[in-house]
Amino acid sequence: MNFIEMITNAGGGHLLANAPALVVAIPLIAGAVAVVLGHGKLAWVWSVLIALVTFGFSLILLQSVLGGETITYAMGNWPAPLGITYHIDALNALLISLVSAMALLALLYGWPMVEREIDPKKHAMFFGTFLLCVGGLIGVAIAGDAFNVFVFLEVSSISTYVLVAMGAQKNRQALTASFNYLILGTIGATFFVIGVGLLYMATGTLNMADISRILADSEGNRVVRAAFAFIVIGLGLKTAMFPLHTWLPNAYTFSPSMIGVFLASTATKVAFYILIRFLFSVFHAGASFETAMFDFVLAPMAMVAMIVCSVQASFQSDVRRLLAYSSVAQVGYMLLGLSLGTAAGLAAGLLHMFNHALMKGALFMAVGLAGLGLGITRVNELRGLGKTMPLVAAGLTVAGLSLIGVPLTAGFISKYYLVIAVLERGWWWAVVAIVVSSVLAIFYVGRMIEAMYLQNPPTPSAAHESDPPIQVRSPVLSMAALYVLVIGSVWFFFDPSLPKGLADTAAGLLIGGGGL
Amino acid sequence: MGLDVSFDIFIVIDLIIMSMLLVVGIALVRLNNLFAVVMLYGVYSLLAAIWFVSLDAVDVAFTEAAVGAGISTVLMLGAMLLTSREAKPTPALRRWLSLGVVGVTGMALFYATFDMPNFGDANSPANSYVGLQYMYDTITEVGVPNVVTAILASYRAFDTFGEVVVVLTAGLGVMLILGIGTTRTRDGESPQSGDETTQSAPPVTTVLATENHHIVLQVVAKILIPIIVLYALYVQFHGDYGPGGGFQAGVIFASAVILYSLIFGMDETRRAIPAKVVQFGTALGVLIFGGLGLVTIAMGGKFLDYDVLTAADPILGQHVGILIIEVGVLVTVASVMLSIYYGFAGRYRELKDQDW
Repeated sequence: MNFIEMITNAGGGHLLANAPALVVAIPLIAGAVAVVLGHGKLAWVWSVLIALVTFGFSLILLQSVLGGETITYAMGNWPAPLGITYHIDALNALLISLVSAMALLALLYGWPMVEREIDPKKHAMFFGTFLLCVGGLIGVAIAGDAFNVFVFLEVSSISTYVLVAMGAQKNRQALTASFNYLILGTIGATFFVIGVGLLYMATGTLNMADISRILADSEGNRVVRAAFAFIVIGLGLKTAMFPLHTWLPNAYTFSPSMIGVFLASTATKVAFYILIRFLFSVFHAGASFETAMFDFVLAPMAMVAMIVCSVQASFQSDVRRLLAYSSVAQVGYMLLGLSLGTAAGLAAGLLHMFNHALMKGALFMAVGLAGLGLGITRVNELRGLGKTMPLVAAGLTVAGLSLIGVPLTAGFISKYYLVIAVLERGWWWAVVAIVVSSVLAIFYVGRMIEAMYLQNPPTPSAAHESDPPIQVRSPVLSMAALYVLVIGSVWFFFDPSLPKGLADTAAGLLIGGGGL
Repeated sequence: MGLDVSFDIFIVIDLIIMSMLLVVGIALVRLNNLFAVVMLYGVYSLLAAIWFVSLDAVDVAFTEAAVGAGISTVLMLGAMLLTSREAKPTPALRRWLSLGVVGVTGMALFYATFDMPNFGDANSPANSYVGLQYMYDTITEVGVPNVVTAILASYRAFDTFGEVVVVLTAGLGVMLILGIGTTRTRDGESPQSGDETTQSAPPVTTVLATENHHIVLQVVAKILIPIIVLYALYVQFHGDYGPGGGFQAGVIFASAVILYSLIFGMDETRRAIPAKVVQFGTALGVLIFGGLGLVTIAMGGKFLDYDVLTAADPILGQHVGILIIEVGVLVTVASVMLSIYYGFAGRYRELKDQDW
């Protein structure tokens, strides 16, 4: 018996040792399988299963780096500068778990929407593309090799363009939205790869830890500085850094409901992560050109985004577009935290990234459900939703309050830490920007809440004024997914230890010694 | 450099090709006629391929010639037939804005050149560090004479896996948006597809015709196509020893099928290679490649560690591994190229000669 147990343990251990490769390879291979499956619902069940397995592997990774350890995995067993290595620490383990969890939730949430919005013949390929996108995003987050990052950035980006375009059955503008995203995204990817090429020219290696080591020893070099500029702009496009965000509002507005949920909570986050990785681990935050970039470009742009895009959000009539502009503003918060260049700022930015993923995911889910039940797409159509769809309206409200940063919601925690970090640097004017942006958030979230609770639902012409409004039921699984995120948005106010601890550990690693 | 007595003919060749690239690039930007643009893209790629040969990057040159100058020209023409032959002129403001962005980008690159290592410097980081190590180690560790293949298919095989997934994603994109044309789109197979595009498009003209007077073409094609397929197989399996591999072979194979369809018509082609098979093939290649990775894990190694494939002889394992993943690359690349072609070709009517 012992012998059998030993083998199982050994086999299990081997499987766990390969978790870094499997967490990327499984969704990618499963995406190809989904294409072959051909049948719509079967492909959905398969995708849910795969997302569950991926989430399991990401939790294993997360658990093994909680204390600040790092895991290195050599693809094909080739040692570091020769082969491709994966590098997992507190920073990207958080992100990998976020992406796989959101993939699972979006899939659980999405079936009724997909069934309505997408031609049944395309379901299998649609879910296949979705799994490729998940694998691509995790691949970007986990890679410790600059060129490998580019390859997986392409996998995730191209699949995203396709998924956004699938909204065409609902609204043909999805096609132009996707095309704009494709052009800008490709420019971003090209800039990034030019930067990586220049880094290779200057260092002779593609391994990120190796590049970092060589750059630390070398004095200022024009090739490195140009590489820095290309990489920041390329990734800035992907992160929707103001003013490079113009692709985002339309892409989020016209994508299929399920894809809107997934993108809003993962795509820009992964790009934000890789930007951090390059700024702090590959390049060195102490370098003079980097500090100058933080103070004179990143921080001002972040604040402009926080204010201008919040104003733009206030004037939108389409709910999803409102949320999309708010996303650009929230990216501003994260970038502001990053631009402080301190451990506290970085941790606040990362925490806000995590919290924003929860609340924006919940908001897009609630809006999607309102759309499914009542065909709602505009803010004024939300009127009376508190009566017709009370649970959806409640979820929307809680997530909206978290977006403002009201106490008792997770959004408060991250804004609180951000303000503290900003004050530590003595940037009082940044606090002003945070306050102004939050007031604007009260305005645009308030418009939705006001419509939902203070206005009466539209009465069908046949019914009497006095009739109680008809309640519309939502699919159970979708509601469950929505409430996981809503409860998360409250839970992480009372117990932010997990994301806060990971963000602090990650920030410590990054500021401390590069973290690679 | 400068007034050196030794006269290097390759420098002259490089300079000539680079100035030709510049001229073609400027012409591309200034043209509005899309047909001319597509053709010039082909010229640009071919020039780039020649330049890569002069830089001793034969594998890259081969890919550029096959993909850039070859199949993408055909696919771009296919896309052009679905839309318009003339691009709308860009508004003046946007033009100046673009010029500004391009100018700044160019200046950044120019700024970097001052600290770049000299052209062909043996001591530059790129030539002396990891690159040099590949040169030394490949023959003992992988046992393949073509170092490029060793890097692509073994040292950095995971990148190649990612690239194959990128190709699959592109194929899925075309199949999802345009359909793969399993039945004629005219019969209203997918209601939401394409009515607007065809309305706004000018009268389409294609070269797809099966008239009898194409007999010369047909006879020549029947002789050529088997040779092209044979060549694709040669490129596939000779990749370990010379330039070539799955990417190039897949593209060459697909172009043989496209040639067949141009001369014998889409219906004949669909009968030979049904759309379902093409769709299956796009996924199959990724499954072969990724499946091998899972097999290596099951056999006790890391993902895509070919050494474990054969217990006794790691070098043999490397050979087997490279052979298998190159087949995966071939299958997905060829299928995706065909799926894109089917997607485009399924969207327009086959025209007879008199419609020209």
